[in-house]
Formats: sequence, structure tokens, C-alpha cells
Amino acid sequence: MSAAGLPSPADLAERLLGAATRPCIAIVEDTHEADVRFANNTVTTDGVRADRRVTVVLVDAPDAPGAPGRAGIARRSGDVDVDALVREAAAATAPAEDAAPLVEGDADEGFGDDAVLTGLDRLAPVVGGLAGAFRRAEAAGAVLSGFVEHSVTTTYLASSSGLRRRHVQPTGALQLVGRRDGASAWAGVGGAEVGDGELGSLEEAVRRGLGWSARHVDVPPGRHEVILPPSAVADLMMFLAEAASGRDAEDGRTVFSRPGGGTRVGEQLTPLPFDLWSDPEEAGLECAPFLATSISTADVSVFDNGLPLGRTPWLAAGRLGRLRYHRAGAGRSGAPAAAPIDNLALALPGASGSVDDLVAATERGLLLTCLWYIREVDPKTLLLTGLTRDGVYVVEDGKVVGAAGNFRFNESPLDVLARATQVSSTVRTYGREGGSWMNRTAMPALRVPDWNMSSPSQAV
Amino acid sequence: MDGPVDPALLSQVTDAALGAARSGGASHATVRVERVRTQVVVLRDGRLETAIDDTEVGTGVQVLSSGSFGFAGSVAVGAQPAAALARQALEAAAVTAPARSRPVELADEPAHGRVEWTSPYRRDPVEVPLGDKVGLLEEWSRRLLAAPGVDHVTAYVMAVREDKYLADLQGTVALQRRVRVHPQLEALSIAPDGDFEELRTLAPPVARGWEYLEGDGWDFDDELARLPELLAEKLRAPSVEAGTYDLVIDPTNLWLTIHESIGHATELDRAMGYEAAFAGTSFATPDGLGTLRYGSPVMHVVGDRTTEHGLATVAIDDEGVAAQSFDIVRDGVLTGYQLDRAIAASQGIARSNGCAFADSPLHVPIQRMANVSLQPAPGEGPSTDDLVSGVDRGIYIVGDKSWSIDMQRYNFQFTGQRFYAVRDGRLAGQLRDVAYQATTTDFWGSMEAVGGTGTYLLGGAFNCGKGQPEQVAAVSHGCPSVLVRAVRVLNTRQESGR
Repeated sequence: MSAAGLPSPADLAERLLGAATRPCIAIVEDTHEADVRFANNTVTTDGVRADRRVTVVLVDAPDAPGAPGRAGIARRSGDVDVDALVREAAAATAPAEDAAPLVEGDADEGFGDDAVLTGLDRLAPVVGGLAGAFRRAEAAGAVLSGFVEHSVTTTYLASSSGLRRRHVQPTGALQLVGRRDGASAWAGVGGAEVGDGELGSLEEAVRRGLGWSARHVDVPPGRHEVILPPSAVADLMMFLAEAASGRDAEDGRTVFSRPGGGTRVGEQLTPLPFDLWSDPEEAGLECAPFLATSISTADVSVFDNGLPLGRTPWLAAGRLGRLRYHRAGAGRSGAPAAAPIDNLALALPGASGSVDDLVAATERGLLLTCLWYIREVDPKTLLLTGLTRDGVYVVEDGKVVGAAGNFRFNESPLDVLARATQVSSTVRTYGREGGSWMNRTAMPALRVPDWNMSSPSQAV
Repeated sequence: MDGPVDPALLSQVTDAALGAARSGGASHATVRVERVRTQVVVLRDGRLETAIDDTEVGTGVQVLSSGSFGFAGSVAVGAQPAAALARQALEAAAVTAPARSRPVELADEPAHGRVEWTSPYRRDPVEVPLGDKVGLLEEWSRRLLAAPGVDHVTAYVMAVREDKYLADLQGTVALQRRVRVHPQLEALSIAPDGDFEELRTLAPPVARGWEYLEGDGWDFDDELARLPELLAEKLRAPSVEAGTYDLVIDPTNLWLTIHESIGHATELDRAMGYEAAFAGTSFATPDGLGTLRYGSPVMHVVGDRTTEHGLATVAIDDEGVAAQSFDIVRDGVLTGYQLDRAIAASQGIARSNGCAFADSPLHVPIQRMANVSLQPAPGEGPSTDDLVSGVDRGIYIVGDKSWSIDMQRYNFQFTGQRFYAVRDGRLAGQLRDVAYQATTTDFWGSMEAVGGTGTYLLGGAFNCGKGQPEQVAAVSHGCPSVLVRAVRVLNTRQESGR
């Protein structure tokens, strides 16, 4: 039994396979979560949740990727009626453009183990310290807001091919925002756990930012030299990775489309030899080493469930290395299959130093804290718009001398990489806007000499 | 009416959850049982690409105990799990109580007894067979693909049926069903040099059944027939010259500007700083209530959870508050906020106006947006052509696309689907690469005229995000065409450095 009083997830997966009259993939995902939200120096909401999502995929799988096949998918939460769910999948069966043979494989040791739980006790290092943090903030004339969460998703994937995979994905995050005298500062951290001491280190980072904001410096909009910290780089690179659809590029609708047809794979996109990759075994960013998906899209296929995942170089030494393809699409296009992976890392080989080192090497520029409300404006160039948030610090002669107001920017992440002139070493980071969607990122800080601040924002 | 689960089970869940909450010392408790069925069908170039049929079922219990909120949710539905959830919620309230600087209080709301309500629809969209959905989207895709210059077509429909049961310690028991659909087609045209443009249908998402796709409320045949030529003209159109223009904005574009710059800005939890960590705050702080000049005197904005076919329309909200309609901006001045019970009480407001919502039985209700709508001119009012006729040098903007606004809802930037040059009071062909950028109060303050009821349209979205963990809500916004003077227009190609 699971914590929610539901049947064993592994047993449920086996029963679903047993009830199917055609080749079948069963996915059971048990998620337990706990979170606490706070604002205005007080807790506002909290919650604990126990979720179960069950997916059945009935397939007529061909012998080769891309050959005719069919799939029927049904997805339910909670205590499912096995026979009813299989009947629903059968009723939803339709021809599939993404058909491919079922992924073969063995059974993971421990496939039958129960799902892993979490609860509010895992947040104790933070929740227990909040009252003190609120008191310290009030004494300093500041107001704290933030969010702390921990979840564990245990995924069970079983296939008629004999494949049995199980993966445990713990995910934690803590974010802290301080506001004082018309200024704000942010710090955030992601990881597998929310650890001891993280609240204190984030408090210190927020205090530093608010201290820098004590002196206001007027800076007009226009093109400025900026230092993007890893969090801001993470939020930009998520858009770059999301745009890396092979089918969309072949259709001619993305920045990775080659004029006249085809894709830009192999083209040198950045003068600096950046590597942008996803890898389930990346240290500190570990995630599921196999594909588990309940939907098919232009480049992800339910037929590929269980596909082993490995290091995937989206950019390799500045060249476009891979675009996402399911096996059927890859076969049609003569490209390697590349499935989505739940982490993202960017690095410049040989780069060293930190954000502080980039600041120290700056004659005059702006140190950003993070970016916000980033949206695509033009897919041709992957032009994005968004705002700076929680501190735009003015750097002169290697030191922060004050803070400017916020700005709206218009920039393409691809152009940002192409124009970067200095790069720090890569560190674990958490995207201010996108971290809740992709927690596991590692990025460097970047210096961009001519960042487009399109207009001022009065917002704090 | 049908509920999310068997009525006898609902009764057992209610007794168990509320009984455990009461015996555990809760001063207030609410239990929700929900079944939300979501379907998405996507065709690429007339062939099925994605078919999602997802049903979420579960129970959520929220308690207020010694001035502290606690919440627990689970996909399990039954008496024992419900009692366990109530105990977990009480435990959560106790764990976080030491970090609550002030006790939570709730604005009063009378008990409403038993309420049953269904949004109006004729054909339940989630019961339409997948084959029928695919068949209609195939037919529509074929029509577009047959037109010269259309290289690719993406066809999409999303359908949702939300069955929600709520019971609270005060004695309100609400059983509600909401149905909504959003069909959309997008055509892509590629020039020989690789340049391309996309154009999609303007049909808004609505709280209607499948009959909407069969012509009840929108003329899809007409829109599909016109789309290829409009796309061809867009691909040939000149790039806009950046500068300052008078804008005539169609309701198919303006609804999103209302959503971002009025809807979110007048959520009192944001204005009080309770969303400062993520979604943000608001420039429209309570000290401006009754005095803040939000826009020109022709600006009247209403929040309404009773709008016919509105995506945020309900009978009872997720805190047991009856749906209401209320002023937000009157004669251009800020006059009201969207509220939930705790935020209302924190400001000494006697009653919530019913804007609490949770997007899942596993999520806690938070203050979410009502259908926030800009009112048309009284009487017949001007037509869109009338508004255009008053512009010497301007742009007429149709359909929404890219959007972004800052964390205090000052600075925004929007693009659109189609942009027409306006010269000497007449449309003078399409433009490309247009984005408009403004500060909220400057923009609405420059609104010279609103169109009449003949220009009014209820737009909206399924995907409004807020809160942590993030929740998604559907919401509608009605508005007429409007004329706004002297707005900054960017050329997006130049913005990208090209």
C-alpha cells in the first residue's frame, strides 16, 4: 500500500499489463509533496499532498520506427479501475505518426519497492527558522516573502516487452525575497533536498542586495554592459532548449530552421565554444535515466517510453549539436533520436571564476539579479521580452556602487550566447521564473557588452 | 445532477472530514471533492499528433485552527482518507503556527444551504468521441492546407469538464459543473528566403459545449475561409516604422491587456504584498482606492463571476462565497478589488466578493481572477470603423500573441496577430513586426473612446498562472474596440538587432 491508502504501484502496473489484450505500457507516478509559503513576514499557506497518476498506452507497434502503428492512451489519478482504464485506452486508439517498436529491456532491481514519501518534516530546517528570520527582517525594516517546497516522485514504468523501470526523483527549492525602502532582493536555491543552513545563506544574500540598493543611481534605458548571474542565464537557456524541436525546425518555424529547408544542426552558432547539454547522470542534477511520458507531441513519443537517456549535446563547442526527435521522427529525418531530459547545463570549457570575479573585472556595467515574465516575441530569432527583477546593481571600477531601477529587455538567448565576452565557471543554480518547471540547472555567469534594455520599469 | 463521485460517498467524505476537523479544534473547515477531465487533441498538417484524456480525482481539506491555516490533499476519496486529511491539515496548521505573525481571520459569509449549478452547454465536449474531434480538425486543416501559400497547419482543441463538490462547517454544500472548450488553428507560410509568418484563428475560449465548434457563438467557416489570404498579406506586409502611434485595438487583442494590467493589478492579495515572492505585487495599492486615476473617464471595469459563458463564472466560490458582480474601475478611478475571505478580513472589508479558486482538489484555494471586463460605451456607441475614422496616423491591432508585464503591473509589451496601418481615418494594409509598449496608467489614461456594444466580445484564456505551487485558472474578459492615443510602438525585428 502507498501512503494514500492506494494499492502498491508496482502491482498496479502489472495488473494493467495483465488486463490489456494488446501490447501495453503502464506508468504509475506517485508524488508526495509538502510546501510552505510566506509573505509580509508571516506564513500564508501550507500544504501536504499525495498524488498518483496512472497512464495506460495500448499500442500496435511496428517492427521499425516510423512504420504504421496505432496508440490509445488513457490517464487517470487516484485509485483507478484497471479494466475501465484499459477499455478507455482501447476506445481512444488511433493511427500514430510516431509509432516505433516497444523499447526492450530488463527489470530494475527494486521495481516492486514502495513509493518514497516526504512531508512537512523535511522542511523543518526552514520552517523552524522562519519566525526568527521574520523578527530579524522586521528589526531591519524589511519584509520577507518566499516559498519552500519538497517533493518526491516515484515513477514505475512497465511494458509488455518485459521492461520494468523505477526511478525516485526528490526535488526541493527555497526562495527568499526581501523588500525595503522601495527595493527588493532575491535569492533562491534548488536541489534534491532543502538543507540545513540554506535559509541563513539566503537571508545573507538578500541582506547584501538590499544593502546595495541603499544608494540609487539613475540609469537610462538603452544598450548596457550587463553581468547575467547563473539564475538569469538558466531562465534564458530554458527557452533555447524548449525551442530545440527537430520537427518544428524542419517545418521552417524556428530559429533553428535553415532558410530553404532543413535545420541548422552542425552550424556554428556562437563564437565561443559553449556546451549546452542535458545528462541524467550530471553530478548534482541527477534525474530519470529513461523516458516516461503520457503524451505524444511533435518530438516526444509514447512509443519511446523506457528509452535510455544519456548525455545529449544541444550545443557542442558552439555548434548546434542536437534537436529533439522521437525515434520515428529521427528515422524519417536521418537524425539521432533525442528525448527531453529533466536537467540543463551550460558551460564554456576552461572558464573559471564567479559572478564576483566578473564584477571585479567590470569598469562600468550592470549586475542583474534575475529575470521575470519572459515570453517569446518572435520565433524567427527567438527574440524574448521580459523584465529585470529584484535588483539591478550598478558596477563601477570593479565594485557595486548602488542600484538602478528595473528595465524591460528584448533579447534572444542565442544572440546573448553569441555576444558574450566573459564567462564564469558553471555552478548549480535555480531559475527565478523557470525553476519550478526545471529545477535542475547548472549555468555560468555571462558578461554581455550590449544588452538591450528597451524601456524603464517603475516596478519593484 | 452528477457529482464528482457517488452521492453516498460524498456524504461519507463530508461527515468524516468535517467531523475530524471539528473534533480537532478547527474553527472553520472546508472539504472539496473534485473530478476534472481534461482533453487535448492536436493535429499537425491534418494528422493526429497529440491526444490527451486525463481525469484528476481527489479530495482537499482546509482547516483554520487557532488562527492558522492548514491544508492537505490526496487523490484518495473515501471516509477514512478524508478524516486522515483533516488530521494532516490540522497538523500542518500547528507546524506553521509559530511562524504566523498574526492570526488568520475570515470575512463572514452566510451559509447557502445546498446549491446545485451547471454552466450552460448543450453537448458535453469531453463526451464527444476522439474520432469526431479528429475528424472535424482534419476537415478544417484540409481547408487551410488547400489554400495557396499555406505550408503548415496546426489544429488544436482543449476541452474541460470540472465537477466540484464543496462542503463547509458553516453548512454550505455546493455541487457545480463547469464545461469549457478552446479550439484553435494556426497556419504557417514560408517565403522562399526562409522568412515566415504565422496566423491563427481568433475564436476565444469559452464556457460552452461542443456546439461552439458547430457554430453556436462563432463562425468558424467564415474565419477559416478568410485566414489564408490574411496570412499571405501579412507575409508580404512592410515592417513597421518604430514610433508613437494612435492605436485602435480590437477586443481580440485588448482582452489580454485588460487581463494583465487590470485583472492582476486589482487582486487585493497582490496589492497587499501577499504574492510578492512570485507573481508579484501591484501599483494599485489600497491607499488609492477611490482616488487613483487608473484611466480616462470613459473607463468602466467590472469584476463578475456571473457572466454568461464566462470562464471564471460559478455559483459558489471555493470558500463557500456566492458569486457576485462588482465595480473595479468607475469613471476611470479605482473603486474596488477582487477578494477572498482572508484578504477581505485583513482589510476590514465585511464580505468577500467570491474570488477564491483552486485548480485541483490537491491545491489550496487562493484569490483568483473574476471575469474582469471593460464596459462598452452606453447606447449604440461607436463602431470599430468609427474609431478608425478618428485616426490620422495609427495602427489597428487584431488578435493576441506575445505578452509580458512587470511584477507591479506598470510596464507592459504586447504583440498581436494582425496589424493594419491607419492613414487619414482608413485602413491601409497590413504591417509586420509590431509590438506596443506602455505604462498601465498612461495607456488607460490615453484611452479616448470605447466602442459600442456592437464591438463587444468576450475573450479569455485557459492558462492564467498564479501562486506557489503554481495554479492555473481559466478566465474571460469582455471588452469593446477602443481608441488609445500616442502609444509607443516597437519594431521587433529592430529590437532583435537586425
